[in-house]
Formats: sequence, structure tokens, C-alpha cells
Amino acid sequence: MLQTSTMDTAPASPAPLTHLQRLEAESIHILREVAAEAERPVMLYSIGKDSAVMLHLARKAFHPAPPPFPLLHVDTTWKFKAMYEMRERSARAAGMELLVHQNPDAKARGINPFDHGGLHTDLWKTEGLKQALDRYGFDAAFGGARRDEEKSRAKERIFSFRTASHRWDPKNQRPELWRMYNARKAKGESIRVFPLSNWTELDIWQYILAEGIEIVPLYFAAPRPTVERDGMLLMVDDERFRLRPGEVPVERSIRFRTLGCYPLTGAVESTADTLETVIQEMLLTTTSERQGRAIDHDQAASMEKKKQEGYF
Amino acid sequence: MTAYRPDALIASDISAYLDLHQHKSLLRFLTCGSVDDGKSTLIGRLLYDSKQIFEDQLAALENDSKRVGTQGQAIDFALLVDGLAAEREQGITIDVAYRFFATEKRKFIVADTPGHEQYTRNMVTGASTADLAVILIDARKGVLTQTKRHSYLAHLLGIRHLVLAVNKMDLVEYDQAVFDRIVADYAAFAGSIGIRDFTAIPISGFRGDNVTTRSDAMPWFTGPVLLDHLEIVDVDADADRVKPFRMPVQWVNRPNLDFRGFAGLVASGTVRPGDPVRILPSGRTSSVARIVSMGGDLDVAVAGQSVTLTLADEVDCSRGDVIAAADAPPQAADQFKATLVWMDPAELLPGRAYWLKLGTQTVSAVVRAPEYAIDVNTMARSAAKTLALNDIGVAEIATDRPIVFEPYAESHDLGGFILIDKLTNATVGAGMLEFSLRRAQNVHWQAIEITREAHAQQKGQQPRLLWFTGLSGSGKSTIANLVEKKLYALGKHSFLLDGDNVRHGLNRDLGFTDQDRVENIRRIGEVAKLMTDAGLIVLTAFISPFRAERAMVRSLLAEGEFFEIFVDTPLEEAERRDVKGLYKKARAGEIANFTGISSPYEPPLAPEIRIDTSRTSPEEAAEQIVEAIMGVWSPVL
Repeated sequence: MLQTSTMDTAPASPAPLTHLQRLEAESIHILREVAAEAERPVMLYSIGKDSAVMLHLARKAFHPAPPPFPLLHVDTTWKFKAMYEMRERSARAAGMELLVHQNPDAKARGINPFDHGGLHTDLWKTEGLKQALDRYGFDAAFGGARRDEEKSRAKERIFSFRTASHRWDPKNQRPELWRMYNARKAKGESIRVFPLSNWTELDIWQYILAEGIEIVPLYFAAPRPTVERDGMLLMVDDERFRLRPGEVPVERSIRFRTLGCYPLTGAVESTADTLETVIQEMLLTTTSERQGRAIDHDQAASMEKKKQEGYF
Repeated sequence: MTAYRPDALIASDISAYLDLHQHKSLLRFLTCGSVDDGKSTLIGRLLYDSKQIFEDQLAALENDSKRVGTQGQAIDFALLVDGLAAEREQGITIDVAYRFFATEKRKFIVADTPGHEQYTRNMVTGASTADLAVILIDARKGVLTQTKRHSYLAHLLGIRHLVLAVNKMDLVEYDQAVFDRIVADYAAFAGSIGIRDFTAIPISGFRGDNVTTRSDAMPWFTGPVLLDHLEIVDVDADADRVKPFRMPVQWVNRPNLDFRGFAGLVASGTVRPGDPVRILPSGRTSSVARIVSMGGDLDVAVAGQSVTLTLADEVDCSRGDVIAAADAPPQAADQFKATLVWMDPAELLPGRAYWLKLGTQTVSAVVRAPEYAIDVNTMARSAAKTLALNDIGVAEIATDRPIVFEPYAESHDLGGFILIDKLTNATVGAGMLEFSLRRAQNVHWQAIEITREAHAQQKGQQPRLLWFTGLSGSGKSTIANLVEKKLYALGKHSFLLDGDNVRHGLNRDLGFTDQDRVENIRRIGEVAKLMTDAGLIVLTAFISPFRAERAMVRSLLAEGEFFEIFVDTPLEEAERRDVKGLYKKARAGEIANFTGISSPYEPPLAPEIRIDTSRTSPEEAAEQIVEAIMGVWSPVL
């Protein structure tokens, strides 16, 4: 545990706080502020490693009580099987209610990543999220986004305000001073709150290691059926994967750096099957984390545009 | 160049590497400089030299540099950190951005804030969480007005470590004389505003001199290079540890009847089980029973940690209270002197009630007219009636109940606050408490045995405030008079406050500026409230043009006692009637700030009663109002 690593040594004058201890304290503080000030908070749970860390922090923040809000998974029906298994397990372990929302419209129209490209993300994720927030009347939603992920996120507030129609206006965000967050809002408006804003990818991994947090096995290398397509290595996770003429799944030792919809998430070839070796590879690697996601390749400012539209 | 990511160790012994990095500390710093000082370039350089840039980002950077860069074919590091699309087009950064990099010793969070004048707000925001500020100076230009502004703001926000980075030394032939002159100029200025200590470093962000590695071009400089300095300065959280223990309570953790934990972030000091503590503002004492954590109870917790405490006794303690060392508790007060930074396009309205959030306490607060404003360029003080966006001033603040605080110089957590507009919910200002004007704990309310309920009961009625609002000439006074007559006839005890009996006495000193209008309504609201305490039904007939003031009065009264009555007469109709000939004068420019003509009227959004005077006669209106009030009348028995 984090505390014991420093606290056990010399109770008389404990060592200075480490960067992970300070990040942890800040995130817990944010989680508690929202629980205290929002009427109906929810934690968006995407099952990835950042979500795993965020959920772990929530459990620590409210221990011995379970976190006083539910988990919400905005599902696209196209996640990896291993993610769905992990989702159920995590919610149970935390003693939290798990809400799953699938956009009925996207479902009815059979929206899928093979035929619909960008529309897939837009309908399942962006629209699905708005629907779910409206349906349950959540006024504050925790998300696991980090400022180091992408340039436009570097300026994102920890408390990010959305209009009643879920739009983000970069010109109209509140200044955040000290540890003081203004969570007041008008009826219909909502806040997205990012407790991991100041964490980097390495911090996340180090914390997972230090705290022994369970993550989806897909982060670790294992032999998996794959095809190479458009410069990406895709995993054939279930029978819905449409093979193109000439494509034959090949078993490769792969792992994932980020997890999303399996037909849109690129794997890397790797033999790293422990946390230490995954971190080792990450540190020695030469491409940034988001490179595996199809969403960013359009244009440098694409994330900002998506955010204005209500994508997380 | 030093290898800040020791690839050798990562490759050969990842566990040893991780163990090393597990124990890094964290420094938050702020960079300030103008568009041309090379601030973004410096940050880009730090990220680049500490290898925080991946190949795909670098490829994008090289691409962008050629397309929109300002450095010809060379890499434009500034492009790494200029984020939002709109800003990129303008070629300037206009908001606070946070960047991250790490060395073997530390992780760094950089607040990148813009340098130009209109964004004082952003710099103050970035400075509020910084342990250190890097003030950038262009070696060719020396100490400029903006250098002074940045230094003043950093000092105002209590940043303890200042670094003067004299940049672009490559453009002055790395000349020591240039550097020495700038340092001497700066030292003279810094001393004049109370900055006791700073570290000056000659650098070139563009070429990398003295940023992460020692420059061969400036052998005359023997001080630390920038990054080395950033790695060794002490951070605030560790400095706060030696102060007395304080923890603002964020959340009471009560999963079942057997457990009651108080969760919060330790603002200062150290806490151990058994420590005697005092709960503020009640002053009750207890001692710490446990420091609860998911991984098992802790033996000790220090400033900067988020913890959950249980106490040995069943004492009242809730969100907003502060748990403190029993023998060195902070004070509670309700009147302060504070330095304010205004952050909203709508200017400060002295007398208007704002929410004040300090730590985990949120109270209603009124800012009095500023004593003076401070010109951030010259530090000169000048008289001010209000504060506009990016203005800084000193003013008295009164809160509606005592808050636990410490002077900002002693505690940023218990001395820094934000002001929130009650209607728009925007964060409109930030402030730093200097001292309390008097100790609120010395003021004890008389324990009144004749309660307001007793007063009301004696009169056989429930207190009410009937607040008539509407344009001049809308018929407020006429209708209010009729209502009062009907109430009198019913044997009710009432009193009518209107312009005739208030403007000539109580508010004789007030004019018709926005500020005076706010103060006018505040006083009327307070008087009306006292009268309801006495059990009366109070009627007021004032234009009261602003929603915020009407909301403020509403908040003074108990739920259900305030009736907002909107006497709705269109401007054209009121002007046509022009009972007192005021509209004519206003149109002729003889009356300034006349509501509806040269000053706005904000109609109620959800009044309890709305009177449409184009369809309802004053007599009918009065009937309706009395009926409405009697309808919700619950007789006191």
C-alpha cells in the first residue's frame, strides 16, 4: 500500500509525500467534493486502466462505506469480452450499483464500427452518454480523462461545465484556484469531473503496481487471434469480426495500451506479461498512447471538436 | 545532455527503476512571460529534453513547424504546448494549460499561463497551486512592465520560490554584463514589493543553454541550471507540515450507526491517534481515535494527505467544520479585510450578496466598496468604487455567519477563497483574507426569550414580506396601499415601506447608481426582516430592478414568508401614464440611471404573484393579493 511504503519507516518524522501520494490525495479530495456538493453524481466507468484507478480511488475516498454513487457504463456492445467480465467483477467488489446504457437508436439501426466509421463513436458513445445522463438525471459525472493524453485536454478544467444540451464551451469555463472547486450550476446543467487530470500514463501504471489494482488481462501480452489492417493490428475477439477477402486470423503475442471497441483498437506485438515488463515497454516505446485509437488520426484538433459536441 | 530517462536502467532492471521512481516528489510550478519571451519554447524544451515527446508527436511537431511555425525550418517547440485550435490560429496561448514531465528526482506539473494584460485572471489561477514561479525576461528587453506585473502577482499569491529566467541570451552574445544589469534592475524592483529572495539564471530556451544542461557559452555563470534548481527547491506541502494541525471536514462518512468518520485533506500539520483536537467553530474538544484507510489504520498523517479520522467522543461535526490541534486552533470571524482579484466580465457590485467558498465552507458574503484598487503594472493604489475584470483591490467582506479561517500568508487552504455569483453560478472573484476586523466569537447574540414566533402569535398572524417590484409608475405603491388597507380591515398588523418613508431617512445617503441601488435594497431587506421578526406583515414598494437583490432579500427570510409581487406594466404604458413626470425628465436626460430608460429592469422569472395591470384594476389586484396570501395562511394556534 502507498501509505505503508512511507509511513512504516519512521513514524516520528514521516518522509516527504511522494508524487503518487500527492496525486492520490488530490483525486480523493476531488471525489469527496463532488459527493458533497452534487445532487446526483455518477462515475463513468469504461473498464480501462484509468477507470480501474479512478474506481480504486473512489473506494479509498469513502472507505469503509462504498462510494456514494453508481457506476455507469455507456456501452457500445463492441467492447472486448474480457472487458465485460471485468466490469461485473469490479462493480461487485466495490459494492456499487452498475448501470449499463446502450443507445437504443444505435441498436435499432445496427450501428457498428465496420459499416459506420465515425458515426459509430458518435451514436454509441457521444449520444449514448447524453441519453444516459438525461435519463437518470445525473448532474455530475466522473470521467477518467487525463490532461497529458492530448493537447486540447491540457487546458481542460478538473470541473468541466456542460450546458443543458451537454455542450462544452472552451471560452466559458470557470477558473480553478487552490483546491477550491465551484460545483454550483443551474437546473439542467451538468459537470464532468476529471479526478485524474494531473496523472500521467506512467503515474497510472506505477499506481496500479503499487496498489495491486486489478486490470483487464488484455493489457498483458498473450497469444491472441489477430489480423493486420490499415496499419493496425486488430484482435478477432468474436464471430462478429468481418474478415476481408484474403484475411486469415493469425495468432500473435499481443497486448493493448488502451481499450475501446475491439474492431477500432490497435494492439501492439509484445511479450510483456507482467506489470513491470508492460511499464518497461511503455517507457522504452516511441509512440504516444493515443496513437492506437482511430479517433485521433483525422486532424490534430479532432479531440477538441469531439469534446465540444459532448464526447467525453 | 543528461539522460533524464535512464534507458539503460529501464532496460536492465525495471524493478530497480520503478522503485526509484516510486519515491519521486512533486513540484508544481508556473511559467510567466509575454508572448514573445519564449515561454512556450522553454516549456517545449523541457518536455523535449526530458524525453516526454514521443516519435509520433515529434513527427507531427516537425510537420506543424514547417507549416505554421515561427522558426523557419527548425523545430518550433512552442507548437508543442499551444493547445486549443482557436489559440493556435492566433499564435498565442489564452488560458491556463497544465503540462507534465519528470526527471529522476521529481515529477513536475507546469502551469502555462499567458502573459498579456487582459489575462491576470489566468495567471492568478495558475499561481494559486504553484510552489514556484519562473519569470521569463527577454534579455534584449530587460525588466518590463509585465515582468513587474508577473512578479507582483506571484508574490501576491504567496509563491515562495521565484526564478528569474533571463531568456534569449543567445541573442545578446551570452553577455554577462547584460545579465548582471537585468538582475540588478530586478533586485531593486523585487525588494520594493517585498520579494526577499529570487534565483536568476541566464538561459536560451531555443538553444537549450542552462535549461537542462550547463551552457558552454556562459562559463561565467556558476549557479544552478534551471532544471537542477527545480529539482532541489522544497515544496509547500512539506513546509506546511510543521504548522499546527488543521483539517477542513469535507464529508462525514457514516455507513452505519457504529462508524462515524470525518473525511478531509490535511491542510497543515501532522496528526496521530490520541492527539487532542478541537472542532471549529463550535470549539468542542475530543481526541483522534483512528486514522482509517482501506489498507489498514495509519499511525500518522501529514499535510497534503486525504484521510478519514474518527474521534473518541460523539461530538457534532459536519462538512465545513475544521478539526484542528486543540491547543492551537484557528479563529472564526465574520468580517475581514481581503485582497480581491475580480475574474468576471460583470463588475463587482458592493453590497450584493455572493457565495463565498473557503475550504469546505460556503457562506453568503457581502463585499463593501473597495478601499482601493491596485494597478498591477505600477503597484500604485487608487480610489475605486468597484472592481472590473482583472482588477485587483482591497476591500472589507462580511459573511452571514462566522467562518473558520487563517490569514492567507499562513494558510492558503484556510485563507484563500472564491466568490460565486448567486444567479449565474460563475466564479466571479478570488480573494485572500488578510485579517479579521473583529472576532466574531466575541459577539454573542442575546438569547431572546420573546421569539419571533411569540411575536407572531401575539398578533395572531404569520409574518410575511410582500415585495412589490416593477417599473416606475407601474402602480406598485397604489396597489400596496390598497392591500395594506384590506389587511388592516382584517385586523392584521402590517407596515408599508416605500420611497417616501425610506429614501428620506434610512437611505438618505444613497443615490441611483447600480451600487447604491444594491445597497438601498439591502438595507430595506434587512429592515423588513427585522419587522417580520417582530411578527409584522411587511409590504415594500420599490422598483428593485435587479434579480440578484430580490433573491438576496428572499434568502434572508424563512421559507414561504417572501412573496415577490410583479406589478407588470409595459414600459410604454408606464411612460404614457408618467404620473410624476419622471419619464419625461429622464428622456430629456435630466435624470441619470432611470430604470427602463438608462438603467435596466430585470423582470422576475418566477414571482409568487404577477399582476397584469393592463387587465386588472388596482382594486382587483389588491383583492387577488390578499386572497392569495390568505389562501396560504396557516393560522397560528
